[in-house]
Amino acid sequence: MLLLLCPYCDVLVEETELTPGGEAHLTRFGPGSSDLDFQNYLFTRKNPKGIHFERWRHTFGCGKWFHVARCTVTLEVFGSYSAQTLRPPEEILDRIRAKRPDWEY
Amino acid sequence: MAHRLPIGGLAIDRSQPLNFTFNGESLQGFQGDTLASALLANGKTLVGRSFKYHRPRGIMASGAEEPNALMGVGQGGRFEPNQRATTTELYDGLSAASQNHWPSLETDVGALNAWVADKVPVFSAGFYYKTFLFPRVAWKHVYEPFIRKAAGLGKATSAPDPDTYEHFHAHVDMLVIGGGIAGIKAAREASETGAEVLLVEQTAHLGGRALVDGERIDGQDAVDWVSSQEADIAGIPNLKLRTRAMAAGVYDHGYVMVYERVSDHVPGAKGAPRHRLWRVRAGQIVIATGAIERPLTFANNDMPGVMLASAVRDYIGLYGVVPGQKAVVYANNDDAYRTALALADAGATVQAVLDVRTEVTGALPEAVRAKGILVQPGRGIAKAKGGKHVVEVVTGALNGDTIGGREEHLFCDLIATSGGWSPVVHLWSHCGGKLIWDADRAMFRPDADRPPTGADGQAMARMTGAANGDLTAAEIIGADQVEAPSESPMAAHWFTPSVGTYRHGTKHFVDFQNDVTAADVRLAAREGYESVEHTKRYTTLGMATDQGKTSNINGLALLAEQLGADIPDVGTTTFRPPYTPISMGAITGSAKGPLFKAIRQTPMHGWNEANGADWEPVGDWYRPYCYLRGREDRHAAVTREVLNARRAVGMLDASTLGKIVVKGPDAGKFLDLIYTNMMSNLKEGRCRYGLMCTENGFLFDDGVVVRTGPDEFLCHATSGGSDRVHAWMEEWLQTEWWDMKVWTANVTDQWAQIAVAGPNARTVLESAGCDADLSAGALKFMDYVEGTLAGCPVRIFRISFSGELSYEIATPAGYGLQLWEALYAAGEPQGIMPYGTEALHIMRAEKGFIMIGDETDGTVTPQDLDLGWAVSKKKSDFIGKRAQERPDLVRRGRKQLVGLRTEDPKTVLPDGAHAVKRVREHAKMTTIGHVTSTYFSPTLGHSIAMALVEDGLSRQGEWLDFPDGKTIIRAEIVDPVFYDPKGEKPNV
Repeated sequence: MLLLLCPYCDVLVEETELTPGGEAHLTRFGPGSSDLDFQNYLFTRKNPKGIHFERWRHTFGCGKWFHVARCTVTLEVFGSYSAQTLRPPEEILDRIRAKRPDWEY
Repeated sequence: MAHRLPIGGLAIDRSQPLNFTFNGESLQGFQGDTLASALLANGKTLVGRSFKYHRPRGIMASGAEEPNALMGVGQGGRFEPNQRATTTELYDGLSAASQNHWPSLETDVGALNAWVADKVPVFSAGFYYKTFLFPRVAWKHVYEPFIRKAAGLGKATSAPDPDTYEHFHAHVDMLVIGGGIAGIKAAREASETGAEVLLVEQTAHLGGRALVDGERIDGQDAVDWVSSQEADIAGIPNLKLRTRAMAAGVYDHGYVMVYERVSDHVPGAKGAPRHRLWRVRAGQIVIATGAIERPLTFANNDMPGVMLASAVRDYIGLYGVVPGQKAVVYANNDDAYRTALALADAGATVQAVLDVRTEVTGALPEAVRAKGILVQPGRGIAKAKGGKHVVEVVTGALNGDTIGGREEHLFCDLIATSGGWSPVVHLWSHCGGKLIWDADRAMFRPDADRPPTGADGQAMARMTGAANGDLTAAEIIGADQVEAPSESPMAAHWFTPSVGTYRHGTKHFVDFQNDVTAADVRLAAREGYESVEHTKRYTTLGMATDQGKTSNINGLALLAEQLGADIPDVGTTTFRPPYTPISMGAITGSAKGPLFKAIRQTPMHGWNEANGADWEPVGDWYRPYCYLRGREDRHAAVTREVLNARRAVGMLDASTLGKIVVKGPDAGKFLDLIYTNMMSNLKEGRCRYGLMCTENGFLFDDGVVVRTGPDEFLCHATSGGSDRVHAWMEEWLQTEWWDMKVWTANVTDQWAQIAVAGPNARTVLESAGCDADLSAGALKFMDYVEGTLAGCPVRIFRISFSGELSYEIATPAGYGLQLWEALYAAGEPQGIMPYGTEALHIMRAEKGFIMIGDETDGTVTPQDLDLGWAVSKKKSDFIGKRAQERPDLVRRGRKQLVGLRTEDPKTVLPDGAHAVKRVREHAKMTTIGHVTSTYFSPTLGHSIAMALVEDGLSRQGEWLDFPDGKTIIRAEIVDPVFYDPKGEKPNV
């Protein structure tokens, strides 16, 4: 059971207080988009063995969505950040690169 | 035979005798005994029958690894099957019963299985894939009933559990698992740094193997060292000790589940739960869970009287019980010689120590020889002989894969066997710790370089002691602090061949609990099961309740041998929590009965309860299905409620309706995206029915939206969907359209809501005293007004889900009951009656209104339901719009909503019934649709139904066939609006 930091409450939260929301930083494709773009937006998700950016909601808490950078193998957490961004913060990317020199965003 | 010594036994208190029964026979033990030690003390060596072959089985181990001695313990509601006698503490009045035999333990018909199996290999590896196959019909009537009766272990009681259970959360800097000398050492060292330490031990006492293995630590006997440590620990405030507490599983980020058996040993103790489940969050975890001894695999090694060498020592040392009087020790290591010494000291005769090693020169073997005991290097047990107990062994000279030379016969009633030790690496593996193969000690040990990691990417657990592969006290505590005989290396030995063939009644058991033999493992390998995970499932090796604690490594080694592979290349199976079975009660904790699930109650709950409510759970709510009057049944009540609402007036507790406020400068823009229809152009004081779709284009909730202000909307959601809809809105606002200036609030519980529906509805409201103009011209259909009604502040929505003249009135929850009672009183002259959810459903079905969850199932679009009018063509975007352009959602042949009238008006179609293309007697039929709602309409006097039927919208007037068992129900496709098709009733 993971412990993740809610960046709004600034507390470590038990996984049972959270709702998982899958892959973060999806781009929404709406009316006018191609079938392929829409299909990928709707159904195609990354399932990496390694670094992953995920959405979580502090459902039994403040109710806010936030993002987490985490390794799906070692369960190492590289940081939580606001969901209201199109790209992970540089400091989190740097933290990952420092530990995983071969990793590329 | 097994018996109790006149003195000795570290764990027992001879001043406290305890009475217990086994299969109805009264027996006596002592305080501190386990059920197993007490049974052995009474000479009870036959304690159960095996799973497949019903072979007689005895106690083999002294701890959690016991595969054979499973029994039903307790009485009445406290009866629990499959309890390991070795971990069941004796208490006065304990009643135990053996399992898996019929008619009795001594005489068991199922043992025929073994006799048959000797002639034809029916129960060999994968037998259930190979036998019982044909004829097919025999499965139902012969094979399955037979297997069900023959297989399975104990049967659970159906009586309610009288005990309580609880969950407990603990946060500690360090959790040390295992109270042996390694765990004690680790816990004390950590506590000296000031850390908060929790030490858990699964048995009732500290010390582990050190209590009986006879080392000296820090100049003291290990027993005394443990006692002094225990006394010290009691005085260390930041070191908490819990005995009878087993770490069942280690999970992500330092989460550990600990199963504490608080009062199993004093059943029914006042003020104590039976079990307590600890949910521990530990900064660091130290795993000091020790090691488990492996049996050697020889012919008939499952006979009562064959025991693990360490267990024999435990019974003598801890309980003063000698499991046999004439023993043979069979081993591949020095440690087992401690058992020979213990047996000799306890007055038993050790006929011989058979050692697979050709050279045996260690200090312990020498001590054994010094006692005059015969040590026979290079010899093994070719076969154990006996029936319900071992009486003799046949020994031979070991020579590689064969056994031969001069055959010797030794009479004995006990075989103490040791094939080496397996570290208990389960917890390490639960959360991703990796293992390495230690060829010298023939065991998997934890790989410290590949530990389970925590949130910081660093090791969150470490292993210590025997669990880490450090099997001796000197390795654990430090060579300079420990006095113990040095031990020479063990020799791996995985299989002792028998004389004769297996057709002569010899089986080499690997997994005792699931009756898996060496031959089964080899057969699986020959049949192509090369992966250990496949072999496990094919043979059921390690799949019993003991999860292969004594059998996994032996089975693995045999598989590797057969495959010609190295053991580490074959790999291990996956260790999964819990380490040993834990009770369902502990998992449940206090979440049972009324505490199982919180029930949401409306402000009128008490009134409903007092006025005949027949409850129906709706989401987390309890809603009246109907209000029973006098002696009427449900059906009569529902009929009465419907007809009364249609002819006079009814009232519904609609408080459960979801109510979400959406407010802000961009509220209209936002709702245009959330709903399929346009909401931004809704005028203040007006209501509009709206639909919400997922991005897949499928309908997922509906409700009336009210514009309550220039920047404010009130969105009604379904009763069960309010939380989901609110979360849905928040998700889009927070993660996609976060630039919008919109706030949402779920105010479902803040408002009580009452629907007053029926021709007399207006009169009721007016006579209750209302300051708003309710006349048809002033408050039109789909209008909204605020005011005071019967002295309560209200919002009145003139909307209708029943098809009648109807008002939905919301009042702050605190006024709910007052308003309800006032309307009920005011409505009495008009014949008002409350109605429940079933009348609500019938009335909406009569009107052809859809219900989320009935007409929708996550694959249905608004267009499928002929609700295309509520899907905007003008808006450039809304959630689901893009999906609704997908070819599959606009193709012909989609199932569409229709009404149905049965040929026989009294026949009500079964819910979910399928319409078929063509009725065929003995062949598969193609379904073209299914019933989504079906009722007998009291208003119309005939049955009505709605269904989703392929191309249904263009098939009016067609007849459909619904096979229902032996009959076929015929129904005509009609318009789903059965009642008041012109919609005149609500518009008066």
